[in-house]
Amino acid sequence: MTPKRKKRLMVTLLIVLGVAAATALMTSAFRENILYYKSPSDIAEGNFPQQRSFRIGGMVKEGTFHKADDSLKVDFVITDYAKEVPVHYEGILPDLFREGQGVIAIGRMRPDGTFVAEEVLAKHDENYMPPEVAASLKKKPAADTAAPQESSQ
Amino acid sequence: MNRLVKLYHQLGSPPTFYRITGKWLPWLLGGALVLMFWGLYDGLFVAPIDYQQRESFKISYIHVPAAWMSMFIYLAMGIAGFMALVWRMKVAEAILIASAPVGAIFTLLALLTGSLWGKPMWGTWWDWDARMTSELILLFLYIGVMATYNAYDDPRKGARVAALVAVIGLVNLPIIHFSVQWWSTIHQASTVSLFGKQHIPWSMLRGWLIMAVGTKLYYGYSVLKRARLLLLETEKNTAWVQKIIEQECRHA
Repeated sequence: MTPKRKKRLMVTLLIVLGVAAATALMTSAFRENILYYKSPSDIAEGNFPQQRSFRIGGMVKEGTFHKADDSLKVDFVITDYAKEVPVHYEGILPDLFREGQGVIAIGRMRPDGTFVAEEVLAKHDENYMPPEVAASLKKKPAADTAAPQESSQ
Repeated sequence: MNRLVKLYHQLGSPPTFYRITGKWLPWLLGGALVLMFWGLYDGLFVAPIDYQQRESFKISYIHVPAAWMSMFIYLAMGIAGFMALVWRMKVAEAILIASAPVGAIFTLLALLTGSLWGKPMWGTWWDWDARMTSELILLFLYIGVMATYNAYDDPRKGARVAALVAVIGLVNLPIIHFSVQWWSTIHQASTVSLFGKQHIPWSMLRGWLIMAVGTKLYYGYSVLKRARLLLLETEKNTAWVQKIIEQECRHA
């Protein structure tokens, strides 16, 4: 390698390393500060903005979904299996919304501890399977590692 | 191995690159068309529906290969950019510039199909979560590479500056890949990994993989075709290009 090329190689590598280091520092800082959503445990610790709307994420607790007969008003409870938050929402729910499913609600916390959502998004996991397989897994939910609700994160 | 090294050195010279890759083009295009039609057919008609997302899952046979390609092409472009910066290879410069529009189209396709999928499944067209935001930045990087190249009158100087943009943007690739692990996103985690457990049965995975190979062949075809044209243009005053023009005129 000619000295000129060697110098260019070093300069290019330095630029790449410098940018990578700066980005690594920034992303690790973001990881602490910028959370896309709060969990019910965060809410329980009072770790949420009081004056503006924010996101709360978790599972819809089984058996807590209630829909009004004559309107689009719905109530359900979001849980992270440690703490729970009751949620009130009026509007159309996404296709994937169901009990036991991960959801993200955007809205405000009311003083009485109820979260009033302006928007509800469903979150799905990385597992895909045909309906027949899911049905047979449900029948014998024993110790199959591919159980649909199990997240591998 | 020696033959590979020899091929690499031959491909570094514009006239030989032009001659050799000309023979590859029909094979790449043919393979790409066959595999992409097969992959789409397999995904849309043979693969089962998903137990939760039902038919909407089928969007993934476009979305997943497009998203994979958006990152694969950027990696190829970054490596070409690195070679262009250090060794000033004309062929590497051509590959770099030729990759940008192809990668941008795949990125746009991944963003659009993701949006079409997100509305019925999540309940929103778009959300500023880490995966979507970093993928959008990838699109801007591709556009940045094209824009810097075109901003210079001297194409070789433009290519060098564009190479710097491409190389710096490489840092975005791990961010896109790990965004679903590092941050809590609405986008789900990776279904397929190179070494870990797969979260999808073979009957559904097959279409993704066929499409993944097909789209790579298409990229090979498209990038070589564009790079050949770029080389003809930047080398138009050299003897080998004049010779090709003479030959083409005689045929016509």
